[in-house]
Amino acid sequence: MSRFIVVRKKKPAFSFHLDQKAMYVNLLLIIALIIGIIFSIGLGSIQIPVADVLKVLLGWGESTYEIVVLNLRLPRIVVSIMVGASLAVSGAILQALIRNPLASPDLIGTTTGATAAAVAFITFTDGTYSIHWMPLIALLGGLFTASLTYLAAWRKGMSPFRLALIGVSISSGMGALTVFFMLASPLQKAQQALGWMTGTVYGSAWQHVVTLLPWTLAFLLLACHQIRHLNAQELGDDVAQGIGMPIEKKRLSLIAISVALAGAAVGIAGGISFVGLMAPHMARKLVGSSYGALLPASGILGAMFVLLADLAARTLFVPLDIPAGVFTAAIGAPFFMYLLYKSRNG
Amino acid sequence: MDSLLSNRLQKSVVLLVAMILLVIAMISSVLFGLHNFDLSTVVTAYTSFDGGNDHLIIKHTRVPRAITAAVVGSSLAVAGVLLQSLTRNPLADSSIMGVNAGAAFTIVLALYLFGSVFSFTDMMWIGFLGAGVTAVLVYLLGSAGRGGMIPIKLMLSGAAVAAFTSSLTSLLMLVDSKSMEDAMYWLMGSVSGRDLKHAAMITPYLLCGWVVAWLMARSLNLMALGDDVAISMGQKTVWVKATVIFVAVLLSGGSVALAGPIGFVGIIIPHMCRFIIGIDHRWLIIYSAVLGALFLVTADLLSRFLLMPEEVPVGVATAVVGVPFVISLVRRRAYE
Repeated sequence: MSRFIVVRKKKPAFSFHLDQKAMYVNLLLIIALIIGIIFSIGLGSIQIPVADVLKVLLGWGESTYEIVVLNLRLPRIVVSIMVGASLAVSGAILQALIRNPLASPDLIGTTTGATAAAVAFITFTDGTYSIHWMPLIALLGGLFTASLTYLAAWRKGMSPFRLALIGVSISSGMGALTVFFMLASPLQKAQQALGWMTGTVYGSAWQHVVTLLPWTLAFLLLACHQIRHLNAQELGDDVAQGIGMPIEKKRLSLIAISVALAGAAVGIAGGISFVGLMAPHMARKLVGSSYGALLPASGILGAMFVLLADLAARTLFVPLDIPAGVFTAAIGAPFFMYLLYKSRNG
Repeated sequence: MDSLLSNRLQKSVVLLVAMILLVIAMISSVLFGLHNFDLSTVVTAYTSFDGGNDHLIIKHTRVPRAITAAVVGSSLAVAGVLLQSLTRNPLADSSIMGVNAGAAFTIVLALYLFGSVFSFTDMMWIGFLGAGVTAVLVYLLGSAGRGGMIPIKLMLSGAAVAAFTSSLTSLLMLVDSKSMEDAMYWLMGSVSGRDLKHAAMITPYLLCGWVVAWLMARSLNLMALGDDVAISMGQKTVWVKATVIFVAVLLSGGSVALAGPIGFVGIIIPHMCRFIIGIDHRWLIIYSAVLGALFLVTADLLSRFLLMPEEVPVGVATAVVGVPFVISLVRRRAYE
């Protein structure tokens, strides 16, 4: 029996093979995520026993618990999961395209552009427009900046290296613009902007879930649909072209998926760091680098980190509700260092 | 690899021009700002100091600032060259060794534990120490296991350690906001408000760094061919790598202690220099040192005029000067 399971349609619109070991790892990750969700629902300023959590989820819980779980905790948890998965998958895609381990959604300016737009919105509009426009503004900022990077890097075709260098420059330009906006605005607005930039899922409601879910789901599925192209991209332009891939077209559509995912995540939750860069690497250590297993593993790991980070952020320093962005690295980095150390001879 | 300048004469002449520009930029940095002076005032500030406002500003604000900017700019650029060739990654700069995050963390931790009892000099040494310790940690983690220091392991452990320490930094700052105003001043990254004695304390270390970096140029050229070739040519790669990392940490740790975290210079200046003179490290290191200094001095000068009478952080000005320039440079070449 082969180690791999091949998933392929007759006329291949998608095709990948799954390493069986990687599948078990992914299964374990999913179970871990579900356990994480249940604990995350139970813990907080009101403790809810596991049995009651399950009851509420199945629809016959006590009404006091029901309010806490359904109105406060669950939307926040769902948003964390979507944000984490989006950022991680976005990072995994960019690492394949740019073929640089330091690539993350920051690199082509998505997150920095979104941040600049959001900070401009906070500081300049002075509350004349509803704060509900913010995710859209941030998303547009991210899309605009990423397109700018892409266009500036295009010269008779694309080179990943040029894309990366120009991305770094435009990103730091957007960073400078953000600082500039904050300096040019009153202190109170600047503090609000700073809180947003750290990244938080505080105050997420079902309304956010409903806005974000179709978008995230659509692009995550699209990303899974492109797995074979990701595998080809990672081999280098020449090889990818050699096996018959329309390389520029695919690169553009993959970048678009990555930008759409990261832009929406940043729009809802602000600049949550580390997940987009590190979750794909952790996944690589766990399941290897074939994207059929890597992409889901990245997504699940990313979701788990933001989930746990938010759990830590709202329970550890009660009554302070610290932005989740502070904890993504505090939780993720030690785990990553452990993986790095464990696989030191690999 | 074709570059703008091909022969030694051209390279030397352009280097000379760049040096002259650097001197002009430093003099302008002393002369222009919210108050403008003329050259004779500057001279008399040193020949016959009268204790007046003008002379005080020149001696205690402008001159230290110009010198700090030049020293920090060239150190960051040289550290960038070293780390980019060590890791063979064009996106590497001093932040991949975790020095910025480490220095920031130790300073904030010290303020958290002991309150604001530190002078700027104390903070500088605490930052230097933190940068060093973090870099050692990154190096150990990056070179554990078979095969020793492999670039990818080093970069990943650097990114992880940096992310971890900076998340601890923001946690401390959010939990205890009172003493953090002191830290903010340093965390913003700036070349102003430093006294000449601070620059004088750090500069000897940086000077050693520059000299050793330049002496390493041949080894770096060899290392660029890949580990296998370098070993077969008789290079002791482990020692070369360790020295390169040590020098890079010395340079970037010293800069971050003196001026706080300043980004962009370390990544971009080495690339600009490669466009101009190619990949020979013997030239690359000198060019990076001169152009890095020129770049940061110019950016600092500009930072005074962007939001006059307020000053913007020098990081904003580096982006304003650098981004359009880099994009036009990068677009001029075909890759791969």
